[in-house]
This record gives sequence, C-alpha cells and structure tokens, in this order.
Amino acid sequence: MTDEAPEPRWRVRLRRASRHGGFVAGASVILVIVLMAILAPLLMPHDPYLQDLSKRLLPPVWDAAGSWTHPLGTDHLGRDFLSRLILGSRISLLVGVSATLIAGLVGATLGLIGGYFGGRVDAVIMYVIATRLSLPGILTALALLAVVKGSLVSVIAVLGFLLWDRFALVVRSATQQVRAQDYVAAAIAVGSTQARILKREVLPNVMSPLIVVATLEMAAAILAEASLSFLGLGLPPPNASWGLLVSEGRNFMFFKPYLIVLPGALIIVLVIAINALGDGLRDLASPIDSGDD
Amino acid sequence: MLHVVLTRFVVAILVAVTVSVVGFSLLRLSGDLAAELAGEGATPAEIESARVKHGLDRPLLVQFARWSRDLASGDLGRSLFSGEPVADMILSRLPVTLQLAVYALILSVVIGIPLGMIAAMHPRSWIDRLSLITAVLGQAVPSFWLALVLIVVFGVLLRWTPISGSDTWAHFILPTATLAASSLPGLMRLTRSGMLEALSTDYVRTARAKGLAERTLMAVHALPNALLPVLALAAVQLGTLLGGSVIVESVFALDGIGLLAYRSILRGDFPVVQSILIFVALAYTALTLLADVANALIDPRIRLG
Repeated sequence: MTDEAPEPRWRVRLRRASRHGGFVAGASVILVIVLMAILAPLLMPHDPYLQDLSKRLLPPVWDAAGSWTHPLGTDHLGRDFLSRLILGSRISLLVGVSATLIAGLVGATLGLIGGYFGGRVDAVIMYVIATRLSLPGILTALALLAVVKGSLVSVIAVLGFLLWDRFALVVRSATQQVRAQDYVAAAIAVGSTQARILKREVLPNVMSPLIVVATLEMAAAILAEASLSFLGLGLPPPNASWGLLVSEGRNFMFFKPYLIVLPGALIIVLVIAINALGDGLRDLASPIDSGDD
Repeated sequence: MLHVVLTRFVVAILVAVTVSVVGFSLLRLSGDLAAELAGEGATPAEIESARVKHGLDRPLLVQFARWSRDLASGDLGRSLFSGEPVADMILSRLPVTLQLAVYALILSVVIGIPLGMIAAMHPRSWIDRLSLITAVLGQAVPSFWLALVLIVVFGVLLRWTPISGSDTWAHFILPTATLAASSLPGLMRLTRSGMLEALSTDYVRTARAKGLAERTLMAVHALPNALLPVLALAAVQLGTLLGGSVIVESVFALDGIGLLAYRSILRGDFPVVQSILIFVALAYTALTLLADVANALIDPRIRLG
C-alpha cells in the first residue's frame, strides 16, 4: 500500500475482506437469511398462520406420502411448516438487531463514561457491571417476562437490558487506552470540550471492538430469544419464532424429528454465520494480518 | 494485595445488597401480593386482612427492612402455591443442581484444558481444527435443542440412557453433556490462547534455548502461567452453570433449583422465584470473589504489588 497512486481505502478493505474466507461465508449466509426475511411474503407458499385441522402433521416431500403442496409438511395445527420456518427468520433477525442496538447503546455509554473519567465514576460503573453479571441471564429474563408478559417488544427490551455487560467492559478498556494517548491530551490542551473529545477522539477509536462485540451479542440475543420462546415465556403462539417451533415440534420429535431439527439447524447456521462475520471483522480491523485466530 | 481483595469484597457486598433490592422489587411488581396470599376467590375483606397480617399495608421501606431481616436469618418466606417454606424448597433441590453443575464443570475441564493445550502446542494441526470446530458449535447450538437431540438419539433410538428424572447417576449423563457443551468452549479457547501467549514469551524462549526438555518446559513454565486465568474462569463458570441449568433441568425434568424456578415462574409463585434469583446471584458473586482472591494469592504480580 506504499504505491505512488494509492488505492482508495474502501477498495483495499473490500479486497482484504473478499480474501477472508470466514468473513465471506458468514456474510453470504447472513445475506441469504436477510433476503429470506425481507422477501418472506413472496417466498412463503402458504399463509403461515392458517390452521387446517384436517391437514395436521402432513409428511414432508421426501416422505412417500408427501407432496409439493406442503414441501416440509404441516405442523400439529395443519399450518404449512416451510412458511413458518421462513417467517421465523424475521423474528430472529429483528430481535437480534434491536436487542443488540439497545444493549450496545447502554453498554457503550457506561463503558465510555467509566473508561474516560476513571476514579470514582469508574468505580460506580464497575459496580453496576458487577451487579448485572451476578444476575443469571436466562433466569432473570424469564422472571421479568413473567411479570411483563412475552411479546416482540418485551423480549427485545429485556434482552437489550441484559446483554450490555460485554459492550461496557470492552468499550471501557478501549477508552482507557485511548484516554492515555497524546492526541487526547492535545485535544484537551487546545480546549476541546469533553463531549467533543468523547465524540471526535474516543468514539471512532473504540468503534472496531464495539462492532466485534455487537456480532457476539447479536448471536447471544438470537439464542436467548429462541430459548425464552422455547420455554414458553418469550414470543407467545401463534408467532413463528424458531424456538417456539422447536417447542411445538417436541411432542412429535420421535416420529417427525425434522420438526425440531430444521428450526434448530436454522438457529445454528445463523449464529455460526454471525460469529464468523464477527471473527472476520476482528481480523480485518487489526492492522497486522496474522491470518491466525 | 490487601487493597485489591478489600475492594473486591466491598463491591461484592454492594452487589449482594443491590441484587436483594432488585429481587424485592420484582416480588412487589409482580402483582398484588396480598391478593395472592389470601388465595383464589378471596373476598376484598379477606385480602385486606391478609395485607395487614403480612405487613403489606406498611410503607415499602419498612417492608424492605423486615424482609431483609428475615432474609439475613434465613427466612425466605413461603411458597404462594404450596405454603412450604421457600428455604426448605431450595435446600432440598440444591444437591441436584450442584451435582449437575459440578459434573458439567469437571467434564469441560477434563476435556477442554487438554484439548486447548494440545491445540496450542500444535497450531493448525487436526486437533487444533477439532478444538476450533468444537468451540464454534458449542457457541452456536442452543442447549434446549441439543438436549432434545440427545434425548432422541441416546435415549430413544439407542436406548443407552434414561431421558428424564434425577433418580440415578445415569440420569445425569445427558444433562451433564448438554450443560458442559456451553461451558467447554470458553475454557478450551482460553487455555489455548493462554498457552500460545506463554509459549511466545521471552522466558520460554530462553528456557528452550538453554536446552530444557520440552515436557519440563510445558509443566514448569508455560502451563502454570496459562492456567491462572482458566482457573478464574472455571470458578466464574460454576456460578454461571448454577443459574444456567434452568433450561437443561426443565427439558430433562431434573428436579433441581432450575426446574423449581421455571415451574414457579409459570405458576406465578414469585416468593420462590425471587429467592432463587437472589441465591444464584449471591453464589455467583461469592464464587467470583473467591476466584479474584485466589488469583491475587497465586499471582506474585498482584500478591507483591
């Protein structure tokens, strides 16, 4: 990158990204699932909520008795299983993105304040983080959802306010490092306000660890939503959450294992893809391309 | 060092108090406690008398003071559902959860640490790849789903293990495996990165240069340094496993505090839920404190610093 006519930055980044196998694979899978969520109305062969008790538990197409009318058969209420699987991508992505945004906002704010100001302010922030960490995640979420009742909004809110701890820790230590740099001292010397320093000097420098944590937490939020819905306190029926589909298929899993295998596999694939994207972003953000872990 | 330990201790006490306040608020927010205590179909007069009897007509601060006094003396109130003392309910189920958490931790340590070590000693070998795949899957497979798949495969298709209940040790096999799957990746990756770091230090290079046997090198120089943070994580994970067993216990109908918490949540038995939450949070706080203190005692940089 020391050529006479340097390539534009974005093209260098794109070239490096396109060579990173994990990043490309993760991004492609996520793209497919995002498209599935956006185009769900076009892709779903049937109304995912339409119950027809005369068509309960129809077999999938690979079964001798299956047909292409319902490629993956129907569930215990006669609803088209493929349509419900497709619709489930919307819930996972929506919960993953929204809960991560809330958690990121809460955690990054606390981490910035603690890391920048240090001293007593930092001690208070550390105590808040320690309190949050002591509360068992799923158990606390279940108890809160039992009080406020599960819905898309309440699940997002509860997860957003439970998953901010890693954001806070990472942003705090990154801020402490940036805080000690000469350019921050220089900014203070030329009379920048604290708000300006936080926004102009500190925030851009903590962005890359923030994005990596965001991918981890998005994966965690998707897993947590599925678990809560599976346990019956997340999204209530007739929602098509993948966790709820597993819970509904549970009674039939000995005869029709695909009813739990398929929604579970989708969760796993999405989570692995998000983690791969995160690992890729971390590798690409570090200036030394070690190519290992 | 005294300073480090003292600070941790003060924070732990503050956290314990805060968690108790959170638990107390959860119970008050969950609905009208007096109506719950008076039972279903109680007349307004009965509800009022229950309110006075249990002191729920007093100011919140007075209620909280009384409640914390009871909590400190081990009185966690009674279940709204069965009338049983909550402390007894928790204590009678604690052994099951403790066994499960300890088994799962042992399993992850016994597999995770050697795997992480070997992976670090032979980067990019098949065992390193295996450790990476295990970590990736361990982070991505939801435990409720893994539990069901294990039930179908080992309990029903192969008929090797029982699939629900907690009567014999065999009942713990599948739950332990499920729970360990969530704690293993972290321990393994931390061992691996700790070893890699230790192996790249100057003192290891020096030891190697003076011709120290590879085995002595690992045992004396690399391993102790790599394992310090792993031990701390193991202590913390024991706390996480205590609270994280709710999913595993409910899928396998394992009668521990996780299943008790889940059932109590479903039937709105908030005195029980609140007590379990506080109990798990206190256990977690105590374990992290223990890990910090042990770390300070072992690590000369902190001990002498």
